[in-house]
Amino acid sequence: MLLLAGRRLASMLLIMIVISILLFLAFEGDKLALAGRVLGQYTTMEGKLHWIEENGYNRPLVVRYISWLYGFFTGDWKISAQYNRPVLEFLAPRLANTAILGLCVFIITAVISLILGVLAGVNEGGLRDRVISVISVITTSFPEFASGTFLVAIFVFWLDWLPGSSSFTNGFSVKELVLPVTVLVIFNFGYYTRMTRASMAEVMTSQYVRTAILKGLPPRSVVVKHALRNALIAPFTVMILQLNYLLSGIVVTEVFFAYDGFAKAMYDAALFGDTYVVSACAMVAVFVAVLSQFISDVGYTYLNPRIRFA
Amino acid sequence: MNAAQTPVLECKNVSISYFTRAGAIPAVYDFNLTVMPGEAVGIVGESGCGKSTVALAIMQYMGRNGAITGGEIKFMGRDMRTMSQEELRKIRGSQISMVYQEPMASLNPSLLIRTQLTEVLIVHEGISEDAAYKRAVEVLDAVRLPDPNRIMNSYPHQLSGGQQQRVVIAMALLSNPKLLLLDEPTTALDVTVEAGVVELIKDISKRFGTSMIYISHNLGLILETCNRICVMYSGQAVEVGEVKQVFDHMRHPYTRGLFSSIPLPGADRFSRPLVPIRGQLPLPRDRPKGCTFGPRCDFFEAARCDKPIAMLDIANDPGHQARCVRYNEIDWKRYRPKGLEAEPIIPGPPVLQIRNMKKYYEIRDNSIAAMISGTKSRFVKANEKIDFEAREGETVAIVGESGCGKSTFAKVLMGLEESSGGEVLVNGQEVGHLPVRKRPAGLISSLQIVFQNPFETLNPSHSVGSQIARVLRKFGVAKNRDEAERKTYELLDLVKLPREFADRKPRQLSGGQKQRIGIARAFGGEAAVVIADEPVSALDVSVQAAVTGLLTDIQRKKRTTLVFISHDLSVVRYLADRIVVMYLGRIMEQGTTDEVFSPPYHPYTEALLSAVPIADTSVTKRHIVLKGELPSPMNPPPGCPFQTRCPRKIGAICETEMPPNKDMGNGHMIMCHLPDDVLRAMEPVIKVGRHESEESNIAH
Amino acid sequence: MTVTSVPATEMPKRRPLLLRILKSITLLRESYVGMFGAVLVLFWLVMAVGADLFPLRDPLAQSAPDLLKPALSLAPDGTTYWLGTDDKGRDILSRLIFGSRLVLFWSVLATVVAYAVGMLLGVMAGYRGGWWDEVISFIGNVFLSFPPMVLFLVILTNFGPTSSMGQYIGSLGVGSTVVSGVIIIVAITFGTAPQVARIVRGLVLDLKTRDYIAAAEVRGESPLYIMLVELLPNARGPLIVDACLRLGYVIIAIAVLGFLSLGLPPPEPDWGKMIAEVRGFGAMASNAMIWPAMAISSLVLGLNLLADALREISLRD
Repeated sequence: MLLLAGRRLASMLLIMIVISILLFLAFEGDKLALAGRVLGQYTTMEGKLHWIEENGYNRPLVVRYISWLYGFFTGDWKISAQYNRPVLEFLAPRLANTAILGLCVFIITAVISLILGVLAGVNEGGLRDRVISVISVITTSFPEFASGTFLVAIFVFWLDWLPGSSSFTNGFSVKELVLPVTVLVIFNFGYYTRMTRASMAEVMTSQYVRTAILKGLPPRSVVVKHALRNALIAPFTVMILQLNYLLSGIVVTEVFFAYDGFAKAMYDAALFGDTYVVSACAMVAVFVAVLSQFISDVGYTYLNPRIRFA
Repeated sequence: MNAAQTPVLECKNVSISYFTRAGAIPAVYDFNLTVMPGEAVGIVGESGCGKSTVALAIMQYMGRNGAITGGEIKFMGRDMRTMSQEELRKIRGSQISMVYQEPMASLNPSLLIRTQLTEVLIVHEGISEDAAYKRAVEVLDAVRLPDPNRIMNSYPHQLSGGQQQRVVIAMALLSNPKLLLLDEPTTALDVTVEAGVVELIKDISKRFGTSMIYISHNLGLILETCNRICVMYSGQAVEVGEVKQVFDHMRHPYTRGLFSSIPLPGADRFSRPLVPIRGQLPLPRDRPKGCTFGPRCDFFEAARCDKPIAMLDIANDPGHQARCVRYNEIDWKRYRPKGLEAEPIIPGPPVLQIRNMKKYYEIRDNSIAAMISGTKSRFVKANEKIDFEAREGETVAIVGESGCGKSTFAKVLMGLEESSGGEVLVNGQEVGHLPVRKRPAGLISSLQIVFQNPFETLNPSHSVGSQIARVLRKFGVAKNRDEAERKTYELLDLVKLPREFADRKPRQLSGGQKQRIGIARAFGGEAAVVIADEPVSALDVSVQAAVTGLLTDIQRKKRTTLVFISHDLSVVRYLADRIVVMYLGRIMEQGTTDEVFSPPYHPYTEALLSAVPIADTSVTKRHIVLKGELPSPMNPPPGCPFQTRCPRKIGAICETEMPPNKDMGNGHMIMCHLPDDVLRAMEPVIKVGRHESEESNIAH
Repeated sequence: MTVTSVPATEMPKRRPLLLRILKSITLLRESYVGMFGAVLVLFWLVMAVGADLFPLRDPLAQSAPDLLKPALSLAPDGTTYWLGTDDKGRDILSRLIFGSRLVLFWSVLATVVAYAVGMLLGVMAGYRGGWWDEVISFIGNVFLSFPPMVLFLVILTNFGPTSSMGQYIGSLGVGSTVVSGVIIIVAITFGTAPQVARIVRGLVLDLKTRDYIAAAEVRGESPLYIMLVELLPNARGPLIVDACLRLGYVIIAIAVLGFLSLGLPPPEPDWGKMIAEVRGFGAMASNAMIWPAMAISSLVLGLNLLADALREISLRD
């Protein structure tokens, strides 16, 4: 068990290193372009060369990569060109904001989709199953900016119940959180619901559930004791694994609602050409994604005795 | 048996249907069955005859699209159809319980065995967890599982197949049921493991007084375990009676056909050729109106057989019934159907020579523990010292259970794996180190294989004809399209299939027909050696005989060498000239068929012979039941591979030294430490007695 | 020897491909939901193909007096703006319909490219195994570790139309739409192909244990023949279903890029961009935002429902 986790950790680290090399090459591989982006398009060639020499970009690529990576881990994320502030200091509160949004969405989505998925899968083909299935197909067809458009039209412009932007200008507000969370939940829960449903339906037709029924166990016990655990292994791990898709949606949602989070910061920086912010954001995002994969893998191993005691 | 007793189970005119989009499909109709206390009733039939449906109907568990549409099923005198769900639940698992075909799938993979066993008692008897644990250990002990406490605290995947099935049986017996349903309980197990489980099942009714319904496709197993038998065909019972009545005086032409299409000891292909049943099982949708067996029956009589037929009592034979209006008219003594006749063949020069062949697989262990101890890679000896010859026109059978290395051998021969040492010669040419892609077309076509699983042998995406044509082009037998088409038709003729089949997709063919295409493909070129890897084991009994017959027929005509891989000794005895017995990658015994089937035996061969169920009441067997499970080939025992289970083990030498390969005369080789005089003094395992009726010796 | 003779019933002659496709569409009749999905997809397909044939305004023509008009309002020339106008006075209906052409063209192209790359890698990894598998799966995992939108942002900021790569493509003399389109396709391929490869690899790992693959091997077929002729055709069922879903995701991805102004350049009537352009006008722009949102949702909904029905049908037989 520990050994397996160790092996997973090693392969995750390897992936992390490869990704960091790729990101480094993408952002800093071409030092002239980098200088152009940092100093602005209209800087003279001389200015660029001077900047390159000044900031140690004439060292060999490997050395630069190592110092770049070292800087990342020691919290030296350079200075944002757009805001002229240290990137870390600028990003930290925004990361917290995004974490709040992500956590709310993840928990609500997980609860809704596990419950609906189990309810649908327990009685495959029944009316309840059909209704839940159709609803989840429909909702997954509304990308965040589309459902955002509809919800804003209804709840902001027409009913005037909720604020249309969530920039937290007057401090944190739950009311401003409602629409971004709703929009993300709408787009995401359908996929997980259908996945849970499929897993549950498969387990319910398995031979060991038949054994449990023909042992004379009460229906409740058949579902709770025999079916549920096996049925939830797959959806649970996939949910964690798919965290990076959620992160994708967060970019759009934050932009749409002007939510002052790290994803919007990354987007703004990308448009502005604020290289250091973008690369720091990309590193953080990938780090979170890889970490979630690791958790999902270990979780799967832990939940599944066939692997745990292999 | 006391006639006044209430039957444990009584099925009266039961009809069961499945409802699909295309409408209702009757799976079983007009089914009657009575099980008295302590009685064991066997239900036998081929796939799709409705035998498993009957079992699930008795449990009142028909799934979402199945329903009992008529008749009544009485358990202990009460009609189960009138019971509420709650009442049914109380009966299931306590009064009636069931054992399933695949033990691994029937146990919950994420719960400990103890949880799965004790919950039965906790739910049905309301006793405490501790009391339930004690009872469960007792029952595990009763089904002869060693170390019940360890088993209790294991997960299903930590047990072997045989152990799992014993756990399932224990689970069924826990609360002392009145009726036990066994649905093909040993089909997924190896022969020698099966023998142990069958022994246990035979014991159940004696020890627990439980009534049983034993469902199987294997007549031999029914004979070993049951008092009465019910033969089913296409959704109906066609013959019922005491086992002895039905086995010795069968009355229904289908029962008769079934018996004449399975090989029995005391008969070989020259003296008593098999008689396959012609045609195939009708789909439920196109069952004939009258006798369902009519279209395949030689005694079909228009106007009498084409209206619905009732179950008739056999005169002067109480308790014996058959669903045949002509049962009394057919003169079986004068019935001489054309069997799969064969002339003995004189084998030619050796075609296939295997000398000291080895195949090792390297298993890499990447764990940290292995890195520290330096045992980073181990070798699994899948084949070790394989030595035998096969001559032109000869049939050599390789017999063994799972893990014995017979499939690895086939792979090496076909060039899918490279041998690790020794020689593999085909017509004098070394092929063991020649992967198939490096083999010239002539060599490829001279060395072909018939695969086991009919449902996988053909690519579902392409038409049958195009797949045969591709083989012909690849073998260089056909140069252009027209020639390929012409030869495809010739091959279809050869395997006795209509030429129209060339345009069909594999899913439009039955299992037997697909295997015929597989045979056609193997003989597409000038095959010198054809390997048949369990070619009929996945087919229905009545089809098996026809496909086996076709295969050997073509082989003999073309004087091809056939290497027949099988676990089924009765089939092997029927068609092989010589036999090679393998266990854990080594050859334990080899010789001519007669030599292997009569003493002296290798102790493993002896046990294998005893393990094969035989559907003949006149045969007496010595019962040798092997202890323990098959060791994993990854981790073979030291010394003689068979020593862990050998009933004739003589002592420490078996555990430390590899036995010598002894020639018992004429190249009959036995690898065993037993002294020659002990080997020669062995008694035959199977004795064929005299039949009470001469009827059985049909087709002489 | 008895002959298993089966009456030669009607022979299934090989039907032309088009007929077979039509036949499988008629299978959808059994699922109303699937039928509805097919109608939605077909609707947009007809709109995209026939955009020039309908009496529509020029989607790019601006009209200064008619800014952000609501649906069904009258134009100065007496005709009707059926769905209103946007912030530059352009007709929303005609922008939607011409936009469908753009959306379908680029999303289908991107999906096809991503599928081709993914299938190739997947079948190689699955069938060859060993090092092939290790390397391909590792590269796949690297790209799967990126949240797709982060990957797009990284690619588009560093290799976008203003980067040296973008300028190189531009120097080939193609329009700015094509430059953006090609870069979008590259980005989507990096995000999507690893997923396709993973699915194909899984299917192939299962299929390659079948006896008919061994049969092909023992008659000496080349790995290429086995991969393309023996393996892939048998994986088509699940792949068709997945392709429908995947196309939906790609449409969303392209629209999202448009919404983030990283997609096709203005003034192309890209649905995502149509929303972004008017968003700043607040409540006044409700009408101009809702229609493109509806358009994209309906097309994706159609594809999802279709995929769902196809899956159900394929599971039944």
